[in-house]
Amino acid sequence: MGLSNKIENTKSYAGLMSLRWWLLAIAGAWALDYVLPSMLSPYIFQILVLAGINVILSVSLNLVNGFTGQFSMGHAGFMAVGGYLSAFLTTSLVEHRPDLMIDPATGELLGTAVIFYFGSLILGGVAATLVGYIVGLPSLRLRGDYLAIVTLGFGEIIRVILLNTDAVGGARGLSGIKQFTNFGWVFTFVVITVFCVWRVVHSAHGRVLQSIREDEIAATAMGVNTTQGKVRAFAMGAFFAGVAGGLFAHYLTTLNPGTFDFNRSFEVIIMVVLGGMGSISGSVVAAIVLTVLKEALRPLQQYTGVDLRMVIYALVLIIMMLARPKGIFGTKEIGDLFRGRKKVKGDLT
Amino acid sequence: MAEFIQYLINGLSQGGTYALIALGYTMVFGILQLINFAHGEVYMLGAFTGLYTSKFAGAQISELFNRLLNGAPDQTSTLTAILTSIVIVLIAMVVCALVGLCVERLAYRPLRSSPRINLLITAVGVSLFFQYSGQIVFGSDPKAYPDLFENLESWTFGTDENLLVINPLQVFVFVTAIVLMLILRHIIFHTRLGRAMRAVSFNHDLASLMGIPTDRVIAATFMLGSALAGAAGVMVGMTYPKVEPLMGSLPGLKAFCAAVLGGIGNVTGAVLGSFILGLAEALLSGYGTPTYKDALAFAILILILLVKPSGLLGVHRTEKV
Amino acid sequence: MFFASRLSILCAVAMTVSPVFASTIKIGEVGSMSGSEATFGLSTHEGISLAVKEQNAKGGIKGKKIELINLDNQGKPEEAAVATTKLVTQDKVMAILGEVASSRSMAMAPIAQQNKVPMISPSSTNPKVTEIGNYIFRVCFIDPFQGKVMAKFAAEQLKAKRVAILRDVKSDYSVGLSNFFTEAFKQSGGEIVVDQSYSSGEVDFNSQLTSIRAKKPDAIFIPGYYTEVGLIAKQARKLGIKAPLLGGDGWDSTKLFEIGGKSLNNSYFSNHYSQEDQAPSVQNFIKSYKSEYNKVPDGLAAMGYDAAKVLFAAMEKTKSLASTEIRDAIAQTKDFPAVTGNITIDAKRNASKPAVVLEVKDGKFLYKSTVNP
Repeated sequence: MGLSNKIENTKSYAGLMSLRWWLLAIAGAWALDYVLPSMLSPYIFQILVLAGINVILSVSLNLVNGFTGQFSMGHAGFMAVGGYLSAFLTTSLVEHRPDLMIDPATGELLGTAVIFYFGSLILGGVAATLVGYIVGLPSLRLRGDYLAIVTLGFGEIIRVILLNTDAVGGARGLSGIKQFTNFGWVFTFVVITVFCVWRVVHSAHGRVLQSIREDEIAATAMGVNTTQGKVRAFAMGAFFAGVAGGLFAHYLTTLNPGTFDFNRSFEVIIMVVLGGMGSISGSVVAAIVLTVLKEALRPLQQYTGVDLRMVIYALVLIIMMLARPKGIFGTKEIGDLFRGRKKVKGDLT
Repeated sequence: MAEFIQYLINGLSQGGTYALIALGYTMVFGILQLINFAHGEVYMLGAFTGLYTSKFAGAQISELFNRLLNGAPDQTSTLTAILTSIVIVLIAMVVCALVGLCVERLAYRPLRSSPRINLLITAVGVSLFFQYSGQIVFGSDPKAYPDLFENLESWTFGTDENLLVINPLQVFVFVTAIVLMLILRHIIFHTRLGRAMRAVSFNHDLASLMGIPTDRVIAATFMLGSALAGAAGVMVGMTYPKVEPLMGSLPGLKAFCAAVLGGIGNVTGAVLGSFILGLAEALLSGYGTPTYKDALAFAILILILLVKPSGLLGVHRTEKV
Repeated sequence: MFFASRLSILCAVAMTVSPVFASTIKIGEVGSMSGSEATFGLSTHEGISLAVKEQNAKGGIKGKKIELINLDNQGKPEEAAVATTKLVTQDKVMAILGEVASSRSMAMAPIAQQNKVPMISPSSTNPKVTEIGNYIFRVCFIDPFQGKVMAKFAAEQLKAKRVAILRDVKSDYSVGLSNFFTEAFKQSGGEIVVDQSYSSGEVDFNSQLTSIRAKKPDAIFIPGYYTEVGLIAKQARKLGIKAPLLGGDGWDSTKLFEIGGKSLNNSYFSNHYSQEDQAPSVQNFIKSYKSEYNKVPDGLAAMGYDAAKVLFAAMEKTKSLASTEIRDAIAQTKDFPAVTGNITIDAKRNASKPAVVLEVKDGKFLYKSTVNP
């Protein structure tokens, strides 16, 4: 069913395939970055930024877990690679070539320093891609649960390596990172991530990925190069996780290996699962809702004295699997809900 | 040389604790092909059951044995201490078996026909649920385990230069792991329930057609596996007297790695894999860099899955289309 | 039932709380109330709550009651940052207390600094925390000092020449303290014979201890938290290691000997204060803590209590409770008679105060010596 749906969807969302709208969205993000601070409290603003980073993480993980049907539990590891590398690059630059980064007169960051920041984000993403490629290789031989635990293992290995690397501070963490990340940057990358994933998913390559999800053996029999498809999905998911790590590092200004343990991977998985494995807009909505919900539930913790948030999340996850295993949106996009059923034929399952 | 032998002893005793957890893991995986992430949490619940049982009823139980065997309620001997701890282990096993049954009934059984990924996600959910509700119910500070074997001396061999120390509790854990493995082997290969388990594991639908009550067999496997986790929790609590709500997650994952190393679904393999992992960790701590100890289990897991995915003792099964 | 009553309280509180009533002084606290480090956050919170309760019983500050807003960060730096922003911008707190771990304090400090809200960390020992800005203070001593104290104690009092280290590689506190101890101990002519490590959360340390035993050290420095040290001591003694064990302020908790028991005899650790100290500040604190929570306070509770006390004293001294005034008043803190020693805030906004070395004996911490900065 999934396959036929997707092909229909490609037609109905033709407008979204055009680059124009996405560029406009990026411009919108920067406009909002300019306008919003005067309208919203910094607290809300900060939640939005973190929600944006979570959107990048969940959409990129959805490409692997949702569209390709591989179960990765090591997203935090890729995030760590990207975050650490990009933060290491900018902090080293500030240390060794301050003339490139800091205005000697005011001590403030130079306007051109942003170029290096952008470069470090991309390099962080590339490094994560390489690691994703290495992690993706075992997926040639493994499936399902085995793959899940191997990716989880890789994530933990990355964390332990960081813990033992003195160049990035080891257990003491990397601190003194300059705060480059703001609303505009995060939402630029949100748009880029959603755009790229959307384009890939709705291309021939995307149908390869979905055929792997639906039935790998059948796909192989049909001549689909499943190996290549899986590794590409892994690498691309890792790239955006790495970028998200870089954004995170330059927002929080301090990194610690403990931030990237498997609980963070679980958090992203919860977002993908709740939103719907195979629904980009579902991932976006779930990432935002869960990030906001975490804050919205704070009063509950304040007045009951116990932190019930994770217990509620866990219960929601279980109940969701029992009652609506496809997630809130299933494989549909948010637009499908408003389009009615007549356009997507045979969608009664 | 003595140092090396001491590492081997340490490794085997650590391996014993992994083996206790891995046995339950491998049972459940064997029958459902599900990584029961909640297994580590059942182990934690077992440890807490043991803690509270010995706190609130330990004195009474030990008094009873003392009265029966030694004639006076306050006369403790090693024998009565062992009997007391066996009772506590049994209570924890029963409690954990019930927890396992509930988890299977409420969370896993309704998903029997859905994709395995859904089961896996549910398992993660159950695991998170126990971890965080455990923190609320038990409190997140570590609890000291009452020392039932306070006067138990370690066995020492050799002198100052070549001292070898063996803690009787470690031997107890080691022996229990082996004994439980033998019992499980007997159940699996020589009982009706075992035959049913093997049938369900081989092909769920066919077993069902042959008149095997698959739901009941799976529930029984879950109860057995969870009871083993409960026993592991109590015994680890006795050997390392500190329990906390998050104690299950990492040992659980490591035990799973050990089970895969030995060949998942194979109880002998689970024990073998656990001992190998324990020894590897001990030697790494002794001669290498213990800072990489947490990564070792996963490195072994990845290696074995790449080289021989069926594990050391596992048999390769061809994928059915 | 439990829930229903809690919910009704929640509704009632939600209706009455309104920012218009500035009749209270709001103080924010960010701590790890859940997650793997919850036990540290909860202890600190108890100390702070006690200080707030006492201050309110005395009539608050300048006639206004103190309202403590405690937010959980689940042990995550980014949650700590969000919580700090909420406290600063939504709740408009006058000052922030927290965090225990340096990694989380470091995520919070830039926000406090940017918004010019004074922040006092009870027990973040990494020197970098207060370097973030002039609104960031701490009431504990920093790693270099504590490392020096124990190195000096090992060399002079124990006459140790060869020391082994067993550090918690996951904890920045433990790693930092080990490094500074190594530095200071080598300067005094000693030798580090082996540097072993573990990760917090582990329970089996036999292999690390075996390799330490083979080197026959005069003493073993274990700068970890009480959550692991009790087990380490037990296993060390079972392995036949008789050398004294040394540690830092992370040891200070009754949990230490609940788990470790008699194995901890012949151990020494540096701490902020001794519970035997007859000074009224110490004895009053222990007494009221016991009556409030029915247990003996641990080191983190005492630090939390002191951080709050230093803040309240500084606030009392200001004219208008403006944030710059509070900051200046904290910076001028001199010889403040706190539980954990007489606190003087130095130019780097660190607490300068003497350390005491305690001996662990039969479930008690006995005073051994005092080391001045």
